[in-house]
Amino acid sequence: MTTQLTIGFLPLVDACLPILAREHGFAEDEGLSLRLLRDVSWATVLDRLLYGHSDAAHMIAPLAIATTLGRGRPAQPLSVPFVLGLNGNAITMRPDLAALVGDAGRLGDPARVGAKLAAVAQTRLAAGTPLRFGVVHRYSSHSYMLRYWLAACGIQPERDIEIVTIAPPFCADALEAGEVDAICVGEPWNSVAVERGVGEIVLVTAQIWRRGVEKVLALREPVLDERRPEVEALIRALARAGAHFVDSANWQANADILARPEYLDGDSTLIHRAIADRLLLARGGATVDYPDFMFQYREAANFPWVSQAEWLYTQMVRWDGVPHSPQEAARAAHVFRPDVYRSALIGTGEPLPGASSKVEGSLAQRTAVSTQQGAITLERNQFFDGKSFDPARLEEYLASQR
Amino acid sequence: MRIAVVDESAARASVIREGLATLPDCEIFVVTERRGLVARIGEIAPDIVLMDLGNPSRDMLEDYFAVSRALARPIAMFVDESDDEAIAASIDAGVSAYVVDGLAAHRIRSLLDVTVRRFNAFARLQAELDEARGALAERDAVDKAKRILMDSRQLTEPQAYAELRRTAMNQGKRIADIAAAVVTAHQLLGGGG
Repeated sequence: MTTQLTIGFLPLVDACLPILAREHGFAEDEGLSLRLLRDVSWATVLDRLLYGHSDAAHMIAPLAIATTLGRGRPAQPLSVPFVLGLNGNAITMRPDLAALVGDAGRLGDPARVGAKLAAVAQTRLAAGTPLRFGVVHRYSSHSYMLRYWLAACGIQPERDIEIVTIAPPFCADALEAGEVDAICVGEPWNSVAVERGVGEIVLVTAQIWRRGVEKVLALREPVLDERRPEVEALIRALARAGAHFVDSANWQANADILARPEYLDGDSTLIHRAIADRLLLARGGATVDYPDFMFQYREAANFPWVSQAEWLYTQMVRWDGVPHSPQEAARAAHVFRPDVYRSALIGTGEPLPGASSKVEGSLAQRTAVSTQQGAITLERNQFFDGKSFDPARLEEYLASQR
Repeated sequence: MRIAVVDESAARASVIREGLATLPDCEIFVVTERRGLVARIGEIAPDIVLMDLGNPSRDMLEDYFAVSRALARPIAMFVDESDDEAIAASIDAGVSAYVVDGLAAHRIRSLLDVTVRRFNAFARLQAELDEARGALAERDAVDKAKRILMDSRQLTEPQAYAELRRTAMNQGKRIADIAAAVVTAHQLLGGGG
């Protein structure tokens, strides 16, 4: 007896785990029949989730929190029992800007690129044509990582530069038309811009925060409660898809699946590159390997750390201009549900951390952590500016970011 | 009341416009161009924006509604709790609505009712058209397959058709599928056409 679950997604490489859970039969093994529902905007993915067209969705993590807190629409509590991946985004600039601020032939150093960019931003501001960056959504990790980097480099978003929203498939067009000077977007859309010669990849978000939370599996909280056994079965299927996704023996086959018309409808060569953490930075150049550009499985990457939700909340306070409230912080923290993840995977071979929260960005080297089951060694996970986020000192962190 | 209909399908947009035109004192603006959309919405200064769910510019437009200081009156996703049923119906039909603050609920509801009916009618027409197109394509494939069999095996037209039919029955498939397979095989074997 199989139960059907419908999952909404946007055509991005990091929609891989639900797609592969379906295609490789991992969902079926768990008694689930997955139906995947593709859309072209996050607004529609969210509407379909809220109005029951889908049971779960591939979603930018901050949007799950914003929806729970009622930013931009009436509050509806969402739950995240599984993180679909960390990082995998890049900052791609128009070639003329990349030539001014980038490190030709390799990924730039974030602080050095930022310093050069600050000078360009001031010149452009003085000339009345401020630099303009495109991100995929106001409530996206792209927006928060980009703003974090800019602010730490002395560039104040909204004052020194403009940030606008552009749908991923139009990022290359916007660069080409000069509507934006740079974009922060997921794959394969940076590579599409590079292939067309309208952009060059200057940085990847993994350089800004080595282990930054990206897409999540989001459900309406009442749906999670009502369909708990199926959700836990889905988590087990997604974890198996994660192990399959990171195994290099499967890269080509998985890239071919993701490239199909019903999924990304894209170029499997570009998708394969992203899966392999390989980037072509500029047209005509050589590819560069950047390990952990996308981070889909190792180190319990799919575990929904409460501290990740809290970090996203601090950025929402920082950039929405809405004052901090301990009640909202608690509601945001409750969106991430490590308890559900644990209960789904207890007794399987998947490692489970001992804690549900950690000091984000605090590790400068490989560190073994205490676990509930299995063994986990976390590698360095720092922010590029060396700061860390201790959720126990959330207010101090907020004050330090003003 | 100023209504902006944002839809990249010009055909559907005009079906919606026609429906809304029956409502009293509505001024309707149709926007089908993706480029310059935000600026155009700014010029129109609508009381309500109707946009199809498949429109790739939704995130951009929502961002504009959220942050733009250019708009005199704030626009929100159509969100009054009491109208949840109306929103659910519009989402089901495939349309999202954004409304300026303070627009009377009953006006929104009658407007949405019309829009939803029009969206559904358009979807039905589209489905019928697709079906008709599919039927035409299938007939074309059967004709081609018959011609291939007639040429390669010196069959008469009724014999060629009987052959397709027999194979379809034996394999438990549709004649159109067998015909498509014959055409594909013929092309692969260098038969052209």
